[in-house]
Amino acid sequence: MQALSNKVAVVGVGNTAYGSFPDTDEYGLAAQAFRSAIADCGLPKNEVDGLVVCRIPYYARMGEVLGIDPRWTLTMPPHGRMSGMGIIEATLALATGQAKYVALLYANIGRSRRVSYGGDEVPSVWDPFGFTSPGAAHAMMFRRHMELYGTTTRQLAEVPVAFRYHAGLNPGAMMKQPMTIDDHEAAKPIVAPLRLLDYCLINDGAVCMILTSAERAKDLRQPPVLVSGFGGKDAFTRSAISNFDIGFWHDEVAEAGRGAREMAGVLHADVDALMCYDNFSPTVLFSLEGLGFCPRGEAGRYVEGGTLRLGGALPTNTDGGHLSNSYMQGWALNVEAVHQLRGGCGERQVPNAKVIQYVQATPCSRTIIYTRS
Amino acid sequence: MSTYTKPLPKTDPLVQPFWDHAHAGRLAVQACDDCGDHHFPPSPVCPKCNSDQQSWQPVSGRGTLESWVSFHRAYWPGFQEDLPYDACLVRLAEGPLLVSRLVGGADGARLGAAVEVVFDRVTDAVTLPKWKLTKA
Repeated sequence: MQALSNKVAVVGVGNTAYGSFPDTDEYGLAAQAFRSAIADCGLPKNEVDGLVVCRIPYYARMGEVLGIDPRWTLTMPPHGRMSGMGIIEATLALATGQAKYVALLYANIGRSRRVSYGGDEVPSVWDPFGFTSPGAAHAMMFRRHMELYGTTTRQLAEVPVAFRYHAGLNPGAMMKQPMTIDDHEAAKPIVAPLRLLDYCLINDGAVCMILTSAERAKDLRQPPVLVSGFGGKDAFTRSAISNFDIGFWHDEVAEAGRGAREMAGVLHADVDALMCYDNFSPTVLFSLEGLGFCPRGEAGRYVEGGTLRLGGALPTNTDGGHLSNSYMQGWALNVEAVHQLRGGCGERQVPNAKVIQYVQATPCSRTIIYTRS
Repeated sequence: MSTYTKPLPKTDPLVQPFWDHAHAGRLAVQACDDCGDHHFPPSPVCPKCNSDQQSWQPVSGRGTLESWVSFHRAYWPGFQEDLPYDACLVRLAEGPLLVSRLVGGADGARLGAAVEVVFDRVTDAVTLPKWKLTKA
């Protein structure tokens, strides 16, 4: 895998505003994000010859809207875990010469269409028992973590509190009102032990990333951000309860992390910031343990005292994450990694950021290490 | 029966035996005739050895509590009247994990607590296997 390290770069990123946009749809939002990413990198749009669409109904309609005829196209289902997978696939397509410039597009209209992520929307064998929703699965995991390791909800609160602080420094974030640990403890329970402030936002918006070879990247407008390492591992044999894993996907994240670090040639101490898939705040604790930023079972103690805040030992989700910036299912976190490595994040900039890691602890665990060229 | 407003099992030929057994007051899971693996939800082939020779085996109805949560939001209107209600994750003595309702309260719940199945006949055709903490 070392042969693929630093061969592909992110050269353009773009996103829409985040909110509720009932007058448009996935194609309209994705087209705006695409325009923004094209303007960011200065590439003529007809040069795009690779297309990844995620949570967008029909790839051909997307190409028709944008007026592009790719040589390589990939459609991904509307699941949160697809961002890491899509970026890795695009990297492989570029490295093997199947395309020269890949545009990855993600759009979500869940807010304006009142998607609830539970009940009849996602039928399962457990419905007659009233067990539904990704949040309930994460509540089930967090209860186990509390029982096994003594983790507390006040420790869990460190996650959304840190991300809300970052959102306050991000002009584009949706939720900026300051939050304390006591606010978290006082929030209404949804599926206990999780509370409202442990749940991600649901909002409309779109994100676009444009990737090309590191060689071609030199001719474009922005300093290239290199894809230096990646790794992955799935946990399908234990996936009968959606979004739940009895082992917190620990071994899978660990395997993915080892692969990515070896490929990139980086150590834990080299990572300047983490972008962590945070559909619910416990996911962040599981990711930290899986990647090995702290020993198994100790994430609650590790995050105490502002570890994840700017200025802390491991600034995490500096845009506010899914919990306070925007629910772009991992895609916006990868864009934030790029902004941080370009150095243009203003008040929320991680000083002199050189290495940033993205991670998703899910049935398809993936991690990507980006570096500044 | 018409007054039951909660979701009923969405059944198919693969999973129907689970509900047939439950309605007869038995908890059963799919077991592999070749390697003996017990699993749920059912699968067209054994996930462990891929044999297509499988049958349904009654199990003990005893297990241990792996986790539990309390719903304060109703994702179906029919559950509104139950709020808050407890759901549990149970490891059957025979191995498989099941999600269900924890009835009789969560006082005394802890990881590894002993639980036993109870059958709740909710309509003329459907019985739900639920769980309660076993008295020490």
